[in-house]
Amino acid sequence: MANAKITVNTRLCKGCGLCITACPKKLLELDGGCINDKGYNVMRITDESACSLCANCAITCPDAAITLEKIEE
Amino acid sequence: MARVLMKGNEAIAEAALRGGAQAFFGYPITPQNEIPEYMAREMPKRGGVFLQSESELSGINMVLGASASGARVITSSSGPGFSLMLEAISSMALTRLPCVLVDIVRSGPGMGDLAPAQEDYKIAGNGSYKIPVLLPGNVQEAAEMVVEAFDIADQYGTPVLILADGMIGQMMEPVDFDKMPPKRKNLPDKPWRMVGIAEKGYRTQMTIHYDMKLTESTWIFEHEVMPEIIKNEARWESFGLKDAEIVVTAYGTAARMAKSIIEDMPDAKIGLIRPKTAWPFPYQAYEEIGPNCKAVVCAEMNTIGQMIDDVRIAVAGKYPVYHVGNTKEAPLEPENIIDKIQHLLGGAKS
Amino acid sequence: MSVAYTRPKSLTNAPYTYCPGCGHGIATTLAAACIDELDIQGITISVSSVGCGGMGPWFFDTDVISPMHGRAPATATGIKRIHPDKVVWTYQGDGDLASIGTAEIVHAAHRGEKITVIFINNTTYGMTGGQMAPTTLPGQKTTTSPYGRDAQSIGNPIRMAEMLATIDGAKYVERVSVDTPANIRKTKKAIKRAFECQMKGVGFSLVEILSTCPTNWGMTPVESMEWLREEMIPYYPLGNFKNFQD
Repeated sequence: MANAKITVNTRLCKGCGLCITACPKKLLELDGGCINDKGYNVMRITDESACSLCANCAITCPDAAITLEKIEE
Repeated sequence: MARVLMKGNEAIAEAALRGGAQAFFGYPITPQNEIPEYMAREMPKRGGVFLQSESELSGINMVLGASASGARVITSSSGPGFSLMLEAISSMALTRLPCVLVDIVRSGPGMGDLAPAQEDYKIAGNGSYKIPVLLPGNVQEAAEMVVEAFDIADQYGTPVLILADGMIGQMMEPVDFDKMPPKRKNLPDKPWRMVGIAEKGYRTQMTIHYDMKLTESTWIFEHEVMPEIIKNEARWESFGLKDAEIVVTAYGTAARMAKSIIEDMPDAKIGLIRPKTAWPFPYQAYEEIGPNCKAVVCAEMNTIGQMIDDVRIAVAGKYPVYHVGNTKEAPLEPENIIDKIQHLLGGAKS
Repeated sequence: MSVAYTRPKSLTNAPYTYCPGCGHGIATTLAAACIDELDIQGITISVSSVGCGGMGPWFFDTDVISPMHGRAPATATGIKRIHPDKVVWTYQGDGDLASIGTAEIVHAAHRGEKITVIFINNTTYGMTGGQMAPTTLPGQKTTTSPYGRDAQSIGNPIRMAEMLATIDGAKYVERVSVDTPANIRKTKKAIKRAFECQMKGVGFSLVEILSTCPTNWGMTPVESMEWLREEMIPYYPLGNFKNFQD
C-alpha cells in the first residue's frame, strides 16, 4: 500500500461531493466542521493511510482542488 | 503602371491587395460579387487567404478571428449581408479590432428588384460606437480609399467602412494604381494578437476587453482616439461656396449627378459640398458657405434621406435644408435636382 | 515524495466560477491536462464561446479569445487560416454549438477545418437560467419547456456527434461522458486524440462530452451524474463515430 498524501485546496473546494462517490474505498467525506470563506463544507480524508492513489477523486474534482503525492519509503 | 479600365468592384479588390490585405472572407451578394471572385483568383497567387464563408454572419466572424490574429483582413457585402454582420462589427469596434469592410449599397430590404442606392448610411449595431466611413465618388477614389482604409484601421484600431453605391461597384472607369495614397508611418504594432504565448512571451485574454475593463477601453476610445480621428480624417470636396445662392450637397454617384447639373446651369450660382467621409462628417465644410445662400439641397439616392441629418447639424439652422431623392417613378435622377433648384430660385416646378 | 496528480499547468490561478459539481469543471481540467501532456501550451490559441462554456478565458493559460455566440468555429477558422502552425480549438455548449451556431459547426466540419472542438452537452442553457436546448430530452422540463419537451411540437433532441460524423471533412468524432472516473479517463483520451487529429494535419475533430447542470436541473451534483447515466446516455450513446488512421 503506497503512502499517500492527499491535499485539498480548501479555497477551491465547493463541497460538491463528487469525489466522495468516486473514491472506491469510501475514504472521503464532507467536513461538517469546516466551512471555507465561500461558505462551502469542504472535503476531508478519513483515513489517508488506506488510500491507494487511484486518483479517482482528483480526476473527478470539478475544481481541480485535489493534489496527490506519493511518500517514498 | 498605366491607367487600367476596371470595374469598380475589381478595382476595390485589387486596391485591397495592394493595401496589404492578407485574407478575405465573405459571401456572395449582388452587386459586389466581383470582389470575392477577384479575391478567389488573386489571393492564392499572392500568398493570402481566400475563403468563401457559409454566410455573411460567419464571414465577419472569420474576419474577427483573423484580425485578432494580427492580420490585415477585408470583407465585402451589400445591405442585407451587412445587417447580418452587425454584431461582430459592433464587437470589433468596441474591442478595437481593425479590419476593412466594403458595402456596395443596393436599395431596400434586398428582395425583388435591385437598384443602386445610398442607404445603409445610418447602419448601426448594438453598443455605442462610431467607425470611420469613407464615401468614394468614383472608381479611382474607391481604390485609393481602400488602400488607405487598411492604414486607418491599424492606426486607430477600428473597423473602417467603404460605403459605395452600387453604381460605383459596377461601373468601369480608368484606375491608376500608381496614384495610391502613401503608406502611413508609425502604425502601431499588434502586441495583443492571437499567436500563442511561445511566440510573444506573454498571454493575451481577448475577452471583450483586452485585460482591461470595457468601460476603460471605450472611455479611452471616446476621449483619446475619437478626437484624433475627427481632427485628422474628415475629407470633402467643395467649390463655389462663397457666392452660392444654392448649395448642393451629395456624395458618391449623386454627387456626380450634382456636378453635371451644375455644369449645365453655368449662370446659376450653385455651390457643391461633396463629403468623402460620413464619419467623421466634414461639418467644417459647411462653415465656408457664403452669405448669399438661400438653401442647401441634399441630393441622395434614397427615399427618406440619411445624410441630410448630418447636413442639418452642419448648417445649424442657418439655411433650410431640402432632400431630393427617389420619386415614385424612379431612383434619383439629375432632373430631380434641377427641378428643386429651379423651384428654390423662384422658377417653375417644385 | 513524488507527485501522483496535480492541477494542470495550462490553467491560470483563477478559481473556477462553475457551479459546485458542474461537469464543465471536469472537462476544463481535462482539456488543460491534454494541453500539458501534448506540450502545446505555448502554441495553443483557445477560442471560447458564450454561456457557461464561455468562462474558459479566465481559466486557460493560453492566448484566448471570446467570440460571438455560436461563431467560435468561424472565429477559429479565421485564426487557423492565418496561423496554420498553431493549435486552435473551441470549447462550446449546447446553445452555442447546437442552436445558434449550427451553421458554423457544420461548415467548419464540411471544410475539414483543422480545428478541435470540445462540445459540452448538458441538455440545458445553463448560464441564462436553464432554458430548453436543442439537446433537451423529450419530456424534460426546463424554464422554456415548463410542461416538458413536446417532441410532437418541437421535435426530438438533436444528436450532433452522429450528424457531424456524416460529413466528410470531420475526421474524428467521439461522444464521451464525465459521470464516472472510468468515463472521465476515456474523455481525456478522446480530447487528446482530437488534438492529435489537428496536430497531424488530418482534419476536423469533435468530442461531445455529456455533462450535468445540477443548478438548473434542481439536483445535487451526485444526483445529476446519476441522471446523466440513466437518462442521457441511453439517448446519446457513447462511442466513436469517426476515426482516423494513426
